[in-house]
Amino acid sequence: MSLEINHLTKVYGKQIALNAISFSVQDGEIVGFLGPNGAGKSTTMKISTGFLPSTSGDVKVGDFLVSERPLQVKRIVGYLAEHNPLYLDMYVHEHLRFVGGLYGLSGSRLKHRVGEMIELCGLTHEQNKKIETLSKGYRQRVGLAQALIHDPKVLILDEPTSGLDPNQIVEIRKLIKEISVNKTVVFSTHIMQEVQAICDRVIVINKGEIVADDKLVNLLQIENKSTGIEVEFETSIEMEELRSLPFVKEVVLLGRNKFRLIGEGGIDIRPEIFKFSSERKISLLGLKKEEVSLESVFRELTHAPSPDA
Amino acid sequence: MLPIFKKEFTGFLNSLIAYMVIAVFLTGIGLLMWVFPETSVLEYGFADMDTLFSMGPYVLIFLVPAITMKSFAEEKKLGTLELLFTKPLSDWDIVIGKFLAAFLLVVITLLPTLVYYLSIVKLGNPVGNVDTPGVVGSYIGLVMLGGVFCSIGIFASSITSNQIVAFILAAFFCFIFYSGLESLSSLPIFGSQGLLIKQLGILYHYESTSKGLMDSRDLTYFLSVTGLMLVFTKIKVSQHY
Repeated sequence: MSLEINHLTKVYGKQIALNAISFSVQDGEIVGFLGPNGAGKSTTMKISTGFLPSTSGDVKVGDFLVSERPLQVKRIVGYLAEHNPLYLDMYVHEHLRFVGGLYGLSGSRLKHRVGEMIELCGLTHEQNKKIETLSKGYRQRVGLAQALIHDPKVLILDEPTSGLDPNQIVEIRKLIKEISVNKTVVFSTHIMQEVQAICDRVIVINKGEIVADDKLVNLLQIENKSTGIEVEFETSIEMEELRSLPFVKEVVLLGRNKFRLIGEGGIDIRPEIFKFSSERKISLLGLKKEEVSLESVFRELTHAPSPDA
Repeated sequence: MLPIFKKEFTGFLNSLIAYMVIAVFLTGIGLLMWVFPETSVLEYGFADMDTLFSMGPYVLIFLVPAITMKSFAEEKKLGTLELLFTKPLSDWDIVIGKFLAAFLLVVITLLPTLVYYLSIVKLGNPVGNVDTPGVVGSYIGLVMLGGVFCSIGIFASSITSNQIVAFILAAFFCFIFYSGLESLSSLPIFGSQGLLIKQLGILYHYESTSKGLMDSRDLTYFLSVTGLMLVFTKIKVSQHY
């Protein structure tokens, strides 16, 4: 089932949290929803799940508009909220049975689904524990299990891996990948690697606006143009001299005799630098092309969003 | 609605709240009815249950808010309201489910006092010399009053995320509704409006049912106050953002 967001705007008092954003997620697609804290990720998700009303614009899940048929939408959406609210004084299986009951499951069907979810989310040994005694990673699994109990067609996960340790992060990512077969999944995160690990399409949002909606591979290419090189000389050299070179666009001083250079037109300028140093008879101590880091893509997109990005 | 009701009610049973409320109510009322000389039926010498029906509401003023204070306040604080409101439930499902669970607990708390009635029937001289219609009317009044208190308590809990605030507000409103309005009505400034103010209070209608007089106006009063409080709660809860 598809998810369509049309000109969604949300205003809190005077603050614009979402500024007419639109995007759509096709049936069976997994999309990463990326942005810094406060960008509007959670707001978008809360509106999509019917928890918050929008100021204007609407969300369509399958054939239903959230504002018109909230109950129908809630029936087909599974949602893991950002802080993973759970009834801490309930037992794991009790909580899952309760949530299943809210979706109208009962009797053997409910029992079967609860058993299935406990197994799928790796909660077999924890099912008879109270949720308050569980670690954060296991609570997150309970949160996922309750979001999946009614076999939702659309899954909305708000920062499913935040606050987990590296092992738990890997496990939860694996779990998300497993359960996302045949489902439309939108998950938010502020970690780029997460998108790479789970899916290939990414929507980047910043200050309530969508700044990128593309395949991750394409985003990495955008960044490629401004990839720099790091160079270290043995003796001191004037920055002005480097700047005056025809193939250098930008020079940043990184440390003693250490510079970051960005080539004109995004070309690789390492051969030129090598030639330059041998002509000037200055020894090169280091010459390295910067790795295209996912973080730098993220920073690039969310710090100085250009209108055409 | 049913899953919420079940969850709330098992919540009471699992968290000792239910047992505390039942134990405190029965101990308090038991002492007043049978032990304390000023109010004891045995000292008084008349086979009636006035002590239960006149003191019971005051005990409930403190106990019902204790039952209801966490209903919405805790969910707000823990963020679990987001869990409920993203499930296919209407606002009414949630409000009514919570109300009925609290109300059922109040009714269960009152049930054991039926033993007092049996004792008094046996103690009467001649045996059975009790104003049974009066007792039945009083019980109906007490249960109705429990419903009003529950709805007030649930409403108080819906307007704050602090359980202590919810408790204090609920106890205060219950008191004002029960006897505060009655006492206010006797102020000379209200003059002929006094009766109207008196009729807004619970005590006026409660005393009327206690006489064994089942007046549809009294029942309408109880049901409307309960309903109105639940409507306010629903309005408040639907603005959960």
